[in-house]
Amino acid sequence: MANEKIVARTGNEAMAEAMRQINPDVVAAYPITPATEVVQIFAGYVADGIVDTEFVPVESEHSAMSACIGSSAAGGRTMTGTSSQGLALMAEMLYIAAGLRLPIVMADVNRALSSPINIHCDHSDTMMVRDAGWIQIFSENCQEAYDNMLQAVRIAETAKLPVVVTTDGFIISHGMERLEILSDEDAKNFVGEYKPENYLLNFDKPITVGALDLTDYYFEHKRQQVEAIKDSKKVILDVAKEFGTKYGRTYGLFEQYKMDDAQIAIVAMGSTAGTTKVVVDELRKNGVKAGLIKPRVFRPFPKEELAEALKNVKAIAVMDRSDSMNAQEGPLCVEVKAALFDADIKVPVLNYIYGLGGREIKLEDINFVYNELTDAVSGKSKNRISYLGVRE
Amino acid sequence: MKDFTEIRWHGRGGQGAKTAALLLADAALASGKYIQAFPEYGPERMGAPVASFNRISSSQISLHSGVTSPNIVIVLDPTLMDSVDVTEGMTSGGTLLVNIEKTPVEVRAQFGIDAGIKIATVDASKISTETIGRDIPNTPMLGALIKATGILDFKEMIDDTKKKLEKKFRTKPEVIAGNLKAIERAYSEVKI
Repeated sequence: MANEKIVARTGNEAMAEAMRQINPDVVAAYPITPATEVVQIFAGYVADGIVDTEFVPVESEHSAMSACIGSSAAGGRTMTGTSSQGLALMAEMLYIAAGLRLPIVMADVNRALSSPINIHCDHSDTMMVRDAGWIQIFSENCQEAYDNMLQAVRIAETAKLPVVVTTDGFIISHGMERLEILSDEDAKNFVGEYKPENYLLNFDKPITVGALDLTDYYFEHKRQQVEAIKDSKKVILDVAKEFGTKYGRTYGLFEQYKMDDAQIAIVAMGSTAGTTKVVVDELRKNGVKAGLIKPRVFRPFPKEELAEALKNVKAIAVMDRSDSMNAQEGPLCVEVKAALFDADIKVPVLNYIYGLGGREIKLEDINFVYNELTDAVSGKSKNRISYLGVRE
Repeated sequence: MKDFTEIRWHGRGGQGAKTAALLLADAALASGKYIQAFPEYGPERMGAPVASFNRISSSQISLHSGVTSPNIVIVLDPTLMDSVDVTEGMTSGGTLLVNIEKTPVEVRAQFGIDAGIKIATVDASKISTETIGRDIPNTPMLGALIKATGILDFKEMIDDTKKKLEKKFRTKPEVIAGNLKAIERAYSEVKI
């Protein structure tokens, strides 16, 4: 697009750049590796007067999310960023933000959870809070991180739900890539002005926020919250469509890569999906009908849409960068299997737990998975769950 | 399988291996390429061996695993070569560029470098000391890299670097001149 600028940015810089253009009313945050730079760079914009934001440097992530809740309830456009233990410490407040239907937008740089202590990428942190009521959007690379942040603001404020946008720790957060950024004016116009419907500082229409809700109405309010999450699928698609029409980069609930005639498919999220595309291209050159599905939106889970996209494949591998510790399978696989079951699709589904604590995932690893899928199609029995790249 | 160039930088913590990869990526981007630059994250200690990486391509790079078979390896500190196998995984026909006062023939003999690997040497520490006033070999190594591999257009890179330095060091013109001189000298002095 004519108004786009091409720059070299890391994932953290890309997210901070989006925040600068969004120019939120309030950012409350606490630093944590590998997400620190997102709010550190943004704090620089605040100090230099480049943005109008009120920056609240709190003493913990629990306080960060608490301050975000206060600000958002008061009617301010509110953002934050964190990772791993920080997200864990926020957990209590994340549920409250969602239950109060506050459109807070958060950057989460995916990192393993302690113990053992580890600073590298896996998806355990985001998965831990998957049922908190937040819309969860995963990014494959720096470009998607930037685009997703801009879209997240619109999604949150339309759906009246908080949104978390994730990148893979270090792999994307600290990796520099080519990034196309919108002009400040285009970005500003795209996110628009925030006009909350109900907010605490509206003295003409006073409301109560956070009231006690016992056996009488709690259930009804939760039921409404579920409906909002369901309806947010359409919001996400509408915002993506507008973004694609205006700026040429198209997004959906998930990306389908060479799925049209695919016989075997991998389902993978985040940066690993990019690595998988390289293997798919290579397999295609050799006549292997391989494809990839990259879920972008994990919450709400695109159940019917995924089942439809997978209905013609003969075997599926689901890649989980976290483990549910349920002695069964990873969180993404559980969801994919449930979607297939209700669509009466009965094909082998292999689950691979990989990359925990930043363990490298190589082209050979992905190739191995596709080979196992080919074996599964020809009826050779396989382990339904494998730990890829672990020593045992 | 590869339609891109992979580069590995070896240095010691504090020598600017990470910055060098970022600078190269930025210069490559300015010439219209798709780029990646990322460091290796381990314990961060001054003086400890560190590595950083680049991928440079004319098309989008979706690969997000580490660089294991580089086409080009750049060594900022030759004392690393006694303890680190800097040629590990290097593809045949690749180029090893070392910041050292010795010639390529001497380096090949001293470290037993495989005949399939081209060697280039430049005394970037001396150049940076004389031009910038400090031993920061990463900037001149960019000039040597371009001469030894032709990975970017030299004039384009110099113009782009000049623009960026002018932005960053508005109040210190001597830093700009020193850095540009360092790159130019390394370009002409590199031994291939």
